[in-house]
Amino acid sequence: MRLDDTLLPLLYMLAAIGFILAIKWLGSPATARRGVVVGEIGMLLAVVGTLLRFEVVNYQWILIAFFLGAAVGVPIAYIMPMTAVPQRTAFSHACGALASALIGTAEYYKDLNQGGLTKVVMIALIVETLLGFLTFTASMMAFGKLQEVLAQRPITFKGQNFLNLGVFAAAAGIGVALIVSPEQTVLFPLFAALALLFGVLLIIPIGGADMPTVIALLNSYAGLSASAMGFVLNNKLLIVAGALDGSSGFILAIIMCRAMNRSFSNVLFGAFGQLQTTAAAGGEAKPVHSASPEEAAQILDSARNVVVIPGYGMAVAQAQHKLREMFDMLTKRGVDVRFAIHPVAGRMPGHMNVLLAEADVPYDKLWEMDDINPEMSNVDVALIIGANDVVNPGAETDPKSAIAGMPIIQAYKARTVMVIKRSMNPGFAGIDNELYYRDNTLMLFGDAKAFLSSVVKELGALTKV
Amino acid sequence: MGGYEFDLWVFMLAAFLGFQLIRGVSPLLHTPLMSLTNAISAITVVGAILLTGEREATTLSRILGFSAVFLAVLNVVSGYLITDRMLKMFKKREPAKK
Repeated sequence: MRLDDTLLPLLYMLAAIGFILAIKWLGSPATARRGVVVGEIGMLLAVVGTLLRFEVVNYQWILIAFFLGAAVGVPIAYIMPMTAVPQRTAFSHACGALASALIGTAEYYKDLNQGGLTKVVMIALIVETLLGFLTFTASMMAFGKLQEVLAQRPITFKGQNFLNLGVFAAAAGIGVALIVSPEQTVLFPLFAALALLFGVLLIIPIGGADMPTVIALLNSYAGLSASAMGFVLNNKLLIVAGALDGSSGFILAIIMCRAMNRSFSNVLFGAFGQLQTTAAAGGEAKPVHSASPEEAAQILDSARNVVVIPGYGMAVAQAQHKLREMFDMLTKRGVDVRFAIHPVAGRMPGHMNVLLAEADVPYDKLWEMDDINPEMSNVDVALIIGANDVVNPGAETDPKSAIAGMPIIQAYKARTVMVIKRSMNPGFAGIDNELYYRDNTLMLFGDAKAFLSSVVKELGALTKV
Repeated sequence: MGGYEFDLWVFMLAAFLGFQLIRGVSPLLHTPLMSLTNAISAITVVGAILLTGEREATTLSRILGFSAVFLAVLNVVSGYLITDRMLKMFKKREPAKK
């Protein structure tokens, strides 16, 4: 018995325990960093164990790839601004999925020559490469949309769902043909090409507001692809780690869908917001109340409690640091300031929390939607920054609205509602928001960051007097 | 019990464990969670190493394996580091004021 026959399974098992504990400890902020450490140890054990395996004899290329991967990965991790976290996440899903697909491709050709392709292995290989290739292009498309290299608006055309379904069916059909008779090598590149194409088509109709769900779903696919690789290589560690990632992404996607009261198929094939755009544009301009930074500062200063509701607009304007300054000044003046975070605010799950944490807002001031809503009627001022649909009362009152039934943060219940917004243009989804026309609503027109810094200045002036 | 049957059981149990674990994660930390699980799924580096380091690997295997090691390591490194960088920012109370 060789050393690695006894040692290796143990190392892999320890690595799996490390991953499980990592996710467990990530459950609460107090233990989360410990979770990262134990996850790192798990990965280290897995890599060292694999390097020691007797099959691995040629180290030079592996080490070069290690070095290059670290040389690119470390700067990404440290230089990238927190506002770019959704893009980075999409990009890393693309990397992970491509790695998985490339390994699957190599395994296919290798096993074809060496005759290791049983039916089970071939099924796993097809699942691995299908998910890998389609997640790669889909994630790159998502990356392009988040980085705004591509238009964020959903793009739809006639027969789109039909075309998408057709491409997917073709890829799946060829996949089945390959499972039946793997030696049809001509089919494999075709299969890969169709999977890649499907990934692109899948994201074309997805708008920015649906990105949280889609990113979570792509996370899940990348994990499932890794798990399928575990079936190909007969490696339990890969199966476990991939299943953890797969279920994680899947749950997050479900949470995001529930937070919008929509189904998966509606997110993926519904091209949200398309119909409404034209309808809203034709509407009459209704009167709104607006206020200056000075008035806003006075109202905030005389409030007992304030709830801030941030959205993607805060991230775009990079307003989180100014917001934190305002938070400090108001807290010092005895105003209780809390932040209400809608599950789908921003472009990925938890996006707002990370930005506010970056700005040093203590996390016990960040409230979830279900916890803050019962208290909203006792709130003096609800300050909405760059959020729109997630506070739209139409979701509760107008059954014809595109977001009807979506749970919202009930900002309208506050005594005074203030909305920082660039203009009266409808938000991303193109849905008009009746909240803006209410008598207790004040519109604060301007760039979120600039407006908040004026408010901070005014608050400072109030202190001196 | 066949090899694949055993593997399916492992997959099923791990997926359920995953569901239970993830449901315990506060929405506050959903973004770091996603970076962390993404780094964990870069465990595909194991498959990539096996492919690249083989004695009789074909050129195709070597090239694909090399690229896969690069991509997976990139994910491992940036995934863990950025998760930690994010988590460091989550503080409960502000540092004591003057």
